[in-house]
Amino acid sequence: MKWGVVTFPGSLDDRDALYGLGTVLGQQAVSLWHKDRDLQGVEAVVLPGGFSYGDYLRCGAIARLSPIMQSVVDFADAGGPVLGMCNGFQILCESGLLPGALVRNRSLSFVCEWTRVRVETTRTRFTAGCNVGEILRIPIKHGEGCYVADQATLATLEDKGRVVFRYVNEAGEATEAANPNGALRNIAGVTNAKGNVVGLMPHPEHAVEALLGSEDGRKLFLSVLAR
Amino acid sequence: MLARIYVTPKKAILDPQGKAIAHSLHALNYAEVADVRMGKYLEVRLHGLSRAQAEQRIDEMCRRLLANLVIEDFRFELVEE
Repeated sequence: MKWGVVTFPGSLDDRDALYGLGTVLGQQAVSLWHKDRDLQGVEAVVLPGGFSYGDYLRCGAIARLSPIMQSVVDFADAGGPVLGMCNGFQILCESGLLPGALVRNRSLSFVCEWTRVRVETTRTRFTAGCNVGEILRIPIKHGEGCYVADQATLATLEDKGRVVFRYVNEAGEATEAANPNGALRNIAGVTNAKGNVVGLMPHPEHAVEALLGSEDGRKLFLSVLAR
Repeated sequence: MLARIYVTPKKAILDPQGKAIAHSLHALNYAEVADVRMGKYLEVRLHGLSRAQAEQRIDEMCRRLLANLVIEDFRFELVEE
């Protein structure tokens, strides 16, 4: 399958995503440049982590206006699978493809640590190969990952099963202690109504090899192939 | 014409920076500080617009880019230079 990984000025994890998809998972993975409009016929798009445009104004606010993002929005509207990780999640929220927003961690600290997230739904392109309730060990590294949305949006997300991942402890419970950034309802990732766009703060591309400490991140990418 | 734009976190949104600043002010013995909210201040210089046009354009700019209405409120004032 052909994947595209977008590089914005300030992207950090684009190469990790290309390595994970290409070298580790044996996919055809191409780099997409923020100034281009051509998605090169890819069948899935990944928006990587980093600090696109220096996080100026708000994280993801400037990146959403780049030429490639116009094409990514069209691709997503047409049902194409799009995964945003960390800064990619912030960009998806800013671009309106996903509801809510990501604000400064409640602790005010940048957090870089392993987390456990519980799969809340398998009705997305990126969790179709998981089981509901399954716990994945995936790292985070961010300063602005606290997911917020108004009460009506949260209710819709819960009712429609659009919360994809929640931070949990070892026992699989979404406790306050297991919440690394203060995200409302321990939300680590959400999806759109169609389930083809998924955003999450953790970095599955950093968890694709035992050498890195976990292979759980593979499941998100392999889910797309499962269909 | 100059637009002075204030973008602030919505009341319902937790503002950990504002909280930390309030704590620091308390540490400096400003016991009267009840609450601090921290936002952004922007100055946008405009040319060739009437006041009414400027009002409409700045409002649009705030909604489309300068503020994220999911988490922020905005207000602005126009100043003749």
